[in-house]
Amino acid sequence: MEKVVFKKPKYMKEVPFHYCPGCGHSIIHRLVAEAIEELAIGEKTIGVPPAGCAVLAYDYFDVDMGEAPHGRGAAVATGIKRTLPDRIVFSYQGDGDIAAIGTAETIHAANRGENITVIFVNNNCYGMTGGQMAPTTLLDQNSTTTPGGRDKNRDGSPIDLSEMLAITRGAVYIERTAVNSVKNIRKTKKAITKAFKVQMAGLGFSLVEILSPCPTNWKMSPIDACRRIDEDVAQTFPLKVIKDETS
Amino acid sequence: MDKKLLMRGSQVIGEAAIRAGCRFYAGYPITPQNALPEFMSGAMAKLEDGTFIQAESELAAINMVLGASMAGARAMTSSSSPGISLKQEGISFLAASELPAVIVNTMRGGPGLGNIAPSQGDYFQATRGGGHGDYRTIVLAPAYGQELADLTRKAFEYADRYRTPVMILADGMMSQMMEPVIFPDPLNPSELPSKPWVLDGADERPSRIIKSLILNPMAMEEHNWKLTRKYEIISKEIAAVETYMAEDAELVVVAYGTAARVAKGGIKKAREMGLKVGLLRPVTLWPFPGSVIREMSRSVKDFFVFEMNTGQMLDDVKLSLEGKSHVHFHGRPGGIIPTPDEISRAISRLYYRRHLEEDL
Repeated sequence: MEKVVFKKPKYMKEVPFHYCPGCGHSIIHRLVAEAIEELAIGEKTIGVPPAGCAVLAYDYFDVDMGEAPHGRGAAVATGIKRTLPDRIVFSYQGDGDIAAIGTAETIHAANRGENITVIFVNNNCYGMTGGQMAPTTLLDQNSTTTPGGRDKNRDGSPIDLSEMLAITRGAVYIERTAVNSVKNIRKTKKAITKAFKVQMAGLGFSLVEILSPCPTNWKMSPIDACRRIDEDVAQTFPLKVIKDETS
Repeated sequence: MDKKLLMRGSQVIGEAAIRAGCRFYAGYPITPQNALPEFMSGAMAKLEDGTFIQAESELAAINMVLGASMAGARAMTSSSSPGISLKQEGISFLAASELPAVIVNTMRGGPGLGNIAPSQGDYFQATRGGGHGDYRTIVLAPAYGQELADLTRKAFEYADRYRTPVMILADGMMSQMMEPVIFPDPLNPSELPSKPWVLDGADERPSRIIKSLILNPMAMEEHNWKLTRKYEIISKEIAAVETYMAEDAELVVVAYGTAARVAKGGIKKAREMGLKVGLLRPVTLWPFPGSVIREMSRSVKDFFVFEMNTGQMLDDVKLSLEGKSHVHFHGRPGGIIPTPDEISRAISRLYYRRHLEEDL
């Protein structure tokens, strides 16, 4: 008698990922799809993919997907959710998308307490455009636009978007996790599930920031990229529950 | 059919939108159109299924409309010239993703911050797409309070029928003037034609995607041609004009919106002096009613384009005529509203000069 111990989540399509080897998006896509399946919300979920590496997320998630212009995920999700308040709406955004060009949309959606869930994937760079400095690039980190490393005086410091969002009155649940180890992947799954549950309960704005390896633009092996998250990235962006007003 | 009401232009658009089944409005304050979002905030609050959001920016407002449209709502935003520039990203995405939406531009003096007086400086921006990429936006140009109501209803119908953004191009005078209006009966949003493409959850059907990214150039080219074919159909189906005293006219004034109202007064005066002059008022600026103008050129010697700008629709009139008649221009940019006397003087000068030339 054979027993299935691992299978494709129900709400992922039979389409191979285009993501680079060692990229965190594939894992995070899977975790989101698993959470949707376990919460039995696939038939009423609408996703909003960003501009960036995850723009093709609509090819992978087998739920309704509506593309937002660069950075406008929270505004588009707001329009969908307010029109269909009993549906589950999530936006999926990278760090350049959400913390640079889309900062205003994100902060105000959080502050209004929009009942949406944001999956915020932080890989400290603009991945799709070739590894330029992002607002989240660490100090001294090399990028194609900070060739000698990010300089505090010249380029500014990495932005703590999740902490900024946490001080808005409408944000209910914000947690920062990572997908660089089995333990952290499990924690991320729990956080994503909880964020959706916050929305299902109608409590308000929920966001999970996920530190994600980008071996291609960090110019590292996938294993070194995972190691870097613990050794460097999580030192600047500590893994923790940043805000939880669910209890 | 309701009774006649005396209402301010902005509020007429708002009431007509609600009656057209609009249930989602997002906007950002900017003069001279603030009476519209203010009206919508109150009107939406009275409806169980109405949403009003004062957005943090013009960008957020148009993108909220994009989301609401994906979810199936009849959605609207409004602004005035500088704010409409900011909305262009979203309008391009709406056109590319084939999503309906209504955008109201209450034009003011420009460029830049300009002023808050009525102007028609945004004709190029409105009729040429405005945002990036190869697309068109349906542009309706109301000239009367009643038409604000009628064209707002039509704007939502066209947006849904053609799955494309529609702009109502008004100006500070149209939006602030009070005029009598009879509104059409309200539509119930649940009784509107169903939209088999909306994102409302893949329940008992395959999941759907609404997007504008088409990486394959061959597919992108085909999408461009598909949009173009749609624009050709729109051009054939909805181009509209009003004519006034034009039957026997030797000289025809071409003007739209507030400028057409002023021109009418000037034409009336010129007629009183015995001049054979008339008005052609494009009601749709895109599609531009070029064939009507071309047809008129069989009997009309002079077309006198009058705009509250430095000459924008002028190009479309010339393109329509293909050199078949004389085209003249009178423009008042910067927020100046000329008097009917100024127009009657300008057209009679031209009219008499033409007759003088012919007599010699």
